[in-house]
Amino acid sequence: MTQPGSPQIPLDHASRAEMFNKDSSRVDWHDETLWFVRAKRDRAVKQLPEWESLREAASTIKLNVLDNLHDYLLEFERQAQANGAVVHWAETAEDHNRIVHKIIADAGVTRIVKSKSMLTEECHLNDFLEQQGIDVVDTDLGERIVQLAGEPPSHIVLPCIHWKKEEIGELFAKHLGTTPGSSDPGYLTASARVHLRTHFLTSKVALTGVNFAVAETGEVVVCTNEGNADLGVQLADVHIACMGIEKIIPKRRHLGVFLRLLARSATGQPITTYSSHFRRPRPGQQMHIVLVDNGRTKRLSQPDFRGALKCIRCGACMNTCPVYRRSGGHSYHHAVAGPIGAILAPGLDAKEFGDLPFASTLCGSCSFVCPVKIDIHNQLYKWRQVIVKEGYVTNSKKTGMKLMAGVLSRPWLYTSGGKTGRWLMRVFPWLVNNKFNPWYKQREMPPPPSISFQRWYKENKS
Amino acid sequence: MNSRDRILSRLKEARVSNNKLPEIVESVLPDDLRQQLTSVLQGIGGTVVTTSSLKDITSYLLEKFKPAGRWISMVKDLDIPGPSLNGNPHELENVQVSIFHGHFAVAENGAVWITSDLMGDRALPFICEHIAVVVGSSDIVPTMRHAYDRIGNSSQDFGTFIAGPSKTADIEQSLVLGAHGPKSLTLFLVS
Repeated sequence: MTQPGSPQIPLDHASRAEMFNKDSSRVDWHDETLWFVRAKRDRAVKQLPEWESLREAASTIKLNVLDNLHDYLLEFERQAQANGAVVHWAETAEDHNRIVHKIIADAGVTRIVKSKSMLTEECHLNDFLEQQGIDVVDTDLGERIVQLAGEPPSHIVLPCIHWKKEEIGELFAKHLGTTPGSSDPGYLTASARVHLRTHFLTSKVALTGVNFAVAETGEVVVCTNEGNADLGVQLADVHIACMGIEKIIPKRRHLGVFLRLLARSATGQPITTYSSHFRRPRPGQQMHIVLVDNGRTKRLSQPDFRGALKCIRCGACMNTCPVYRRSGGHSYHHAVAGPIGAILAPGLDAKEFGDLPFASTLCGSCSFVCPVKIDIHNQLYKWRQVIVKEGYVTNSKKTGMKLMAGVLSRPWLYTSGGKTGRWLMRVFPWLVNNKFNPWYKQREMPPPPSISFQRWYKENKS
Repeated sequence: MNSRDRILSRLKEARVSNNKLPEIVESVLPDDLRQQLTSVLQGIGGTVVTTSSLKDITSYLLEKFKPAGRWISMVKDLDIPGPSLNGNPHELENVQVSIFHGHFAVAENGAVWITSDLMGDRALPFICEHIAVVVGSSDIVPTMRHAYDRIGNSSQDFGTFIAGPSKTADIEQSLVLGAHGPKSLTLFLVS
C-alpha cells in the first residue's frame, strides 16, 4: 500500500496511479464499486423532480454565505456563546492542532474518540496529537480500518473503499482478535462495534467534524450513518467540534435544502441515519467549536477559485470521475482526493499539489453531479494555467506544450505533421506504440485513418 | 490583532459580490404520505407498524424482542418500565429496547424528529440495542422543507433526525445494520 503524505516518497499523481494500476483486476473492481455508488446516486436523484432547483438554491445560499461570511461568523459566534459553547478561531492548521491539544490537555486525558472530520485530516491532527502522546481512536468503521492499517482515508465518504473484505478480515484478526480467514462484513462490523463500544464508554473527550453550522441558532449539525458522532459526544465530558469557516449557513430552514442534497449525492440514500443538531451541551458538559481558516480567506479573494468553498463534502465528484475511479484516492496525496481535492489542494500549496489539476480528462462529469454547482472542471483548467505560469510543471510537460503550441500555430506544419504521423503509424507502428510512449500504456490505439479530418470534411461537407 | 480579528478583517476585504438568498424550492408532493413514509423507511431497514392503541405497541414489542434485558420507555401508558435515569449515560449500556415519542416523521426519507426533552438521556436513542418511536399518524410531513417549517425556531438543546437503524456499508459496500447504534428501528404510527 502506498503511504501518501510521507516525505520519503514525493511522488506525483501519475506515478502513484501507475503503482495502483499494476493490479488491473483490482482497478476494475475499484472502478465498478464506485460506479455502483454513482448509479445509486442517479436513482435517488431521479425521484426528485425538483432536483435542479434544489442544486440552484443550495449554490445560491452558499454564494450568499461566501459574500457575507464576516457577518454570519459573528452571528454564529454570538449565538453559540449564548448557547454555552466556547468558540475558538484558528488561522492555520497548526493553530487548530494546538487549540485542540490544549482542550484535551486541560481535560487531563490521553485518549479521545473522533468521528469523521475531513478538516482534521487536512490539518494532520492525528499525527500531531500522537506526537503529543494523545491516542486518537477514529470511530467511523471505514476510518478505523485505515487507521489500524496506518493509512489515511482514500475517499472522503468511503474511507476504505480501496480495501477488500478479505484484507479487512486479516487486519481485524491481527488487531481485534477476530477469527483468521473470516471476512463476512456482518461479522467484521459486529466485532468492530464491540471493540469501539469500549472506547466510547471510556473516552472523556469526543471530537467531531461539522457538516453545517447555523448562524441564526449557533447550532452545529453532524450527519452520520453509524451513530458514532452521537455516541461519542453523548458519553463524553467534553465535545470538540472542528469546522472550516465555510461550513456556515445562514438559517436553520436552509438545512431543508442541504439535507435533501447531501446523502442523495453521497451514497444515494434519502438522508443519513442521523442528522444531529448540537445546540447546547449536556448539563455539566463542555462544548468547544473551533473555526478554522487555513487558506480559506485567501481563496475567497481569488474570483476564479472561491466557488470551491461551496463544497459540502459529499464525494459525488469522486465517484463519477473516470480518473479517480481508476487511479485510487491515495494517488492524489492529499486529504481530499478526486476532482474537488484537485482544485482545493493547489490553493494550499501550488507547488506540492501542482500535479493534481492535470489528473483529469476535463470531461465535466464532476460539475454535472455537484449538488452545489461548483464548476469543478473549469477550475481544474484554470488551475493548470496558474500552475504553468508559476513554473510548477515538469520540464518534459513544458517542452511538450511549447512544441505543441509551435505546431498548432503553423497550419502548414500541422498538416504535414499529421500526414507524416499517419504514415509512420501505418508503416512503423512500433515507433509510437512502444513502452516509452505513455499514451500506449494499457491501451490499444485504433488504426490511423488514411486521410486527415480536414480533407474528409472538405470532401464531404456538401 | 489576534487570529479572530485577522480572519474577520480578511473576510471583510474578500467580499466581492452580493448574492441574495434564494426563494423556497417547491416540491411535487405525494398523494399518500403514509404510504411513501412506509416504503421509504422499509427501504432503509426500518419497520413501520400502524396501530390505533398503545396497548398493541407493548404486545408487539414483547413479541418481537422478548422481555429479556433492560427496557426503558419514554412513552407513558405503555406497560413497560419508565426511565430510571441518574444523569450518567454510561449506565445505559445494557439497555436492550428504548421507546420514544417522536414529534413527526418525514415521508421523503423516513426520518423522525426527536429532541432532547423526549429522550430522557441524550445518549439513550443511540446506545440502546433496539429503538422504537411513536408518532401520530397525522404527524407526517412530505419533505425536509416542511420538516423545518414545522420545527420553526423551537429552541431544543439537542435534536436529531433518525432515519432507520444505525448502519454502515464501509466494508465493500455491503450494508450492515447496527454499526454503533440500534440494530433495529420500529416506527409506530398511532391513529
